[in-house]
Parts: sequence; structure tokens; C-alpha cells
Amino acid sequence: MSKAATLEKPAADKAKKPKLRIATTSLSGCFGCHTSFLDIDERILQLVEIAEFDRSPITDIKHCGPCDIGIIEGGVCNAENVHVLREFRANCKTLIAIGACAINGGLPALRNHLDVTDCLTRVYCDRAGGKNHTVPNDPELPLLLEKVHPINEVVRIDYFVPGCPPSGDAIWKFLTDLITGRMPRLDHELLRFD
Amino acid sequence: MTDIANTLTIDGRTISFEPGQTIMQAALAAGVFMPHLCYNPEFKPHGSCKLCTVTVNGRPQSACTIAAMPGQEIQSDTPELNGRRRVLLQMLFVEGHHFCPGCEKSGNCQLQALGYEMEMLSPHFSHFFPDRGVDATHPDVMIDFGRCIMCELCVQASRDVDGKNVFALAGRGLASHVVVNSPSGKLGDSALEVTDKAVEVCPVGAILRKRVGFAVPIGERIYDHDPISVKALEPDEA
Ligand code: SF4
Ligand code: SF4
Ligand code: FES
Repeated sequence: MSKAATLEKPAADKAKKPKLRIATTSLSGCFGCHTSFLDIDERILQLVEIAEFDRSPITDIKHCGPCDIGIIEGGVCNAENVHVLREFRANCKTLIAIGACAINGGLPALRNHLDVTDCLTRVYCDRAGGKNHTVPNDPELPLLLEKVHPINEVVRIDYFVPGCPPSGDAIWKFLTDLITGRMPRLDHELLRFD
Repeated sequence: MTDIANTLTIDGRTISFEPGQTIMQAALAAGVFMPHLCYNPEFKPHGSCKLCTVTVNGRPQSACTIAAMPGQEIQSDTPELNGRRRVLLQMLFVEGHHFCPGCEKSGNCQLQALGYEMEMLSPHFSHFFPDRGVDATHPDVMIDFGRCIMCELCVQASRDVDGKNVFALAGRGLASHVVVNSPSGKLGDSALEVTDKAVEVCPVGAILRKRVGFAVPIGERIYDHDPISVKALEPDEA
């Protein structure tokens, strides 16, 4: 059913309309959601007919310009994540959270009941065989936040696509619904929290 | 005096009931799904989760505890009631610790299945990220308190079926939690056995049998293909 969903537009329509701009990023995620996004396979050709990518691991553009749709994978666990997320919110008309980490913190949030300093000291200083025995503090490294936050705790999010990761079919169904002006919905087989 | 027919309507559909049945029992017997989480047909209704809230002649009531009466006009599957159910689910998700990708119960869990049924796409509220701990001291059973929804089914099962009183609810409001009846307060010291009803009755991934977590793979579990609204009406499913 989802495979059948299509973005085909009448040819005349296609010529006139400016392309949609889509930006994507991974904050504190594992890139699994992006990998799953690529599971739309050849349907990406339909997508690039009507859309082009702004900032995204696909283009390697470093900063997000004005966009129609922003897709965020991963939660917020460090200062850089906050800046990137705010940049997306400021530039994207519609912001979509995809995957468990963006929606509820996911795996990184399992550290939320632990002390950050304690975590870092145990990993970098106390571990047998550690070479430097200090917590890395290069100014280039973003500072960790005390807690990992789902992204809707930091900026307003318009849509959520759950799953760890959501399947390519779920992402496709959601995007095609959104782009073609339908209310985005995931039926039972596509809606998963795991 | 003429007999009054034992019928009521649910969302406009007329169904018959047996005197003594609750609205929930009557609905399920007639093949009408009503969302429920703390209700288990084998036990006395606890009426705590409020997911089964319907309106009876316009007034909100818990379908699992209210008796079916002739002529009741019941609304259940309406956007407004389902919207409230979604909010209740969101509150349950954020106040506990529900990282489904890391939970052995995923796919067999009634809380999760109701999240799907009510199309809960986000938790909406800020997460509490509580640290309620895990008790893995028992050789065959573990309990992850972060996933407990305080439905009291394990308390009832242990007391009424197993005759052991291993579990109880303690504390009030946000501080309420399940406690284990043993000298150390640990499961390993309690009378609990892996074959106890209390082990099998948990609707979520709080009480789990050890070493069988992935015997049935993800993708082949109870709610992986059919929603809870279908499964709950099949014989042998709660
Ligand atoms: S108990 Fe249910 S809702 Fe909670 S993490 Fe496990 S599968 Fe998810
Ligand atoms: S441990 Fe399970 S059965 Fe017991 S109260 Fe919590 S959720 Fe209910
Ligand atoms: S099922 Fe009725 S209150 Fe929980």
C-alpha cells in the first residue's frame, strides 16, 4: 500500500512549481534513521523530481538555509545539538522528528539517571589500559548536557514518526502524505515504537 | 409488568448483555472492542488506568467497573474519548521508563499496543526519566520498576491465585510503587516461583521471565501484525 503511494504530478505542474527544499540531520542518533530513509530505495528518484536537499549528510552542506521540511534524527545531548536544532527550527517551515531518540531520548537517554562527570571519569580515567587518563577537553568538542532531551523539549516540533528506526516505508508514507497535502497517518504495520 | 430487554447501545449499535455483566464484559462478549489496560477478564476490575472511560448517557464512567443496565446509551469510539485516552497513555509513557527498542516485552505489551491503537505518535509531555531501579535477584524472574504502570494485577494474582502475597502497592500519588514482600524486600528472597500467575499477568514489561525474552522474535509477536482491537476479541487473549 505504501509502496503504491506516489508523488507523480502532471507534467505541466512539475515545470512551474519551485522544488521543495528538505534538510535532514542527525543529532544524538546512530544514523539508523537516515539509513532507513535511504531504504525508500528507488523512490528517492521520485522525491528528487519535486524536492532538493539542503543541509543533510547526503549533500554535506554545513548550514541549513530556508527550507520547507526539516527532518531530525536523534535527541539533544550536547551544546552543538541545541544549536543545530535551533538552526533547523529557525529555517524550516515544518519540522519532523524521526525515530525513538528524537522523540523520547532513546538509547542515549539511558544515562539520564547517572551523573555525567561520573560517566566520563569512569570511561576515560578509570578504565584499565586507558592511555591519557583525562577526560578529553579539546575546545572543538561540544560540551555534554547534564541530561539528554527529546527534541520537542527544546523547540516546537510539527510531526513525529516513531520507530527505532521507522521503516523506509513508514518514512515514505509520512512524507508523501505530507507533501501531497493529506493528513500524515501510519497504519498499524507502519506504526512501531521498536 | 413487562420485562425490560437487556440491551444497551454502544456508539449507536444495540447489543444484548447478561445481567451482572459490566459494560466492558458486555462489549467484549458482543465483539465490540473497548480500550483497557488494567482490566484483565480473569480478575476483579481495579478501575485505575481510566483508559476504558466511556460516556454512559452523557456521563464519563469506567466501562470495566460499571454494571451494564438496560437502555444505557454508551459512547466509546469517538474522537474526543480517544483523544483523552491518548493523553492518558502519553502520561503513562513519560512518567515511567519506556524505551521500547530495549524492552523484551515489545510487541507483546498492552501499553505499547494501545499506543498504536490510539495512534500515539509522540509522548507530548516532558519525560520524567525516573530511576526506579531493577530487581534481578530472583533466579528466574526480574522486575523493572520503571515500566510498572501500577495496575495491581500482580498483587491480585499473587494473593488470589498463588496464595502468596508477594506483591503490594505502597506509597501515594506519584510516589506509589510496587513493593516485594520478603525480608530484604528483594524478589530473590520472596516466595515467588516462575510458574506463578503473578509472573504471567503483567500487561507490560515490568515483570519478566528470565532467559525467554527473545524466544519469539520481534516481528512475530502478539501485536506485531494485528492491532489490539482485533487481538482482544480473539479467544484466549485479554
Ligand atoms: S513495557 Fe511496553 S511500553 Fe514500556 S518499554 Fe516495554 S514494550 Fe515499551
Ligand atoms: S508489575 Fe506489572 S502487573 Fe504488577 S502492578 Fe506493575 S504493571 Fe501491574
Ligand atoms: S481498564 Fe477500566 S480503568 Fe483500567
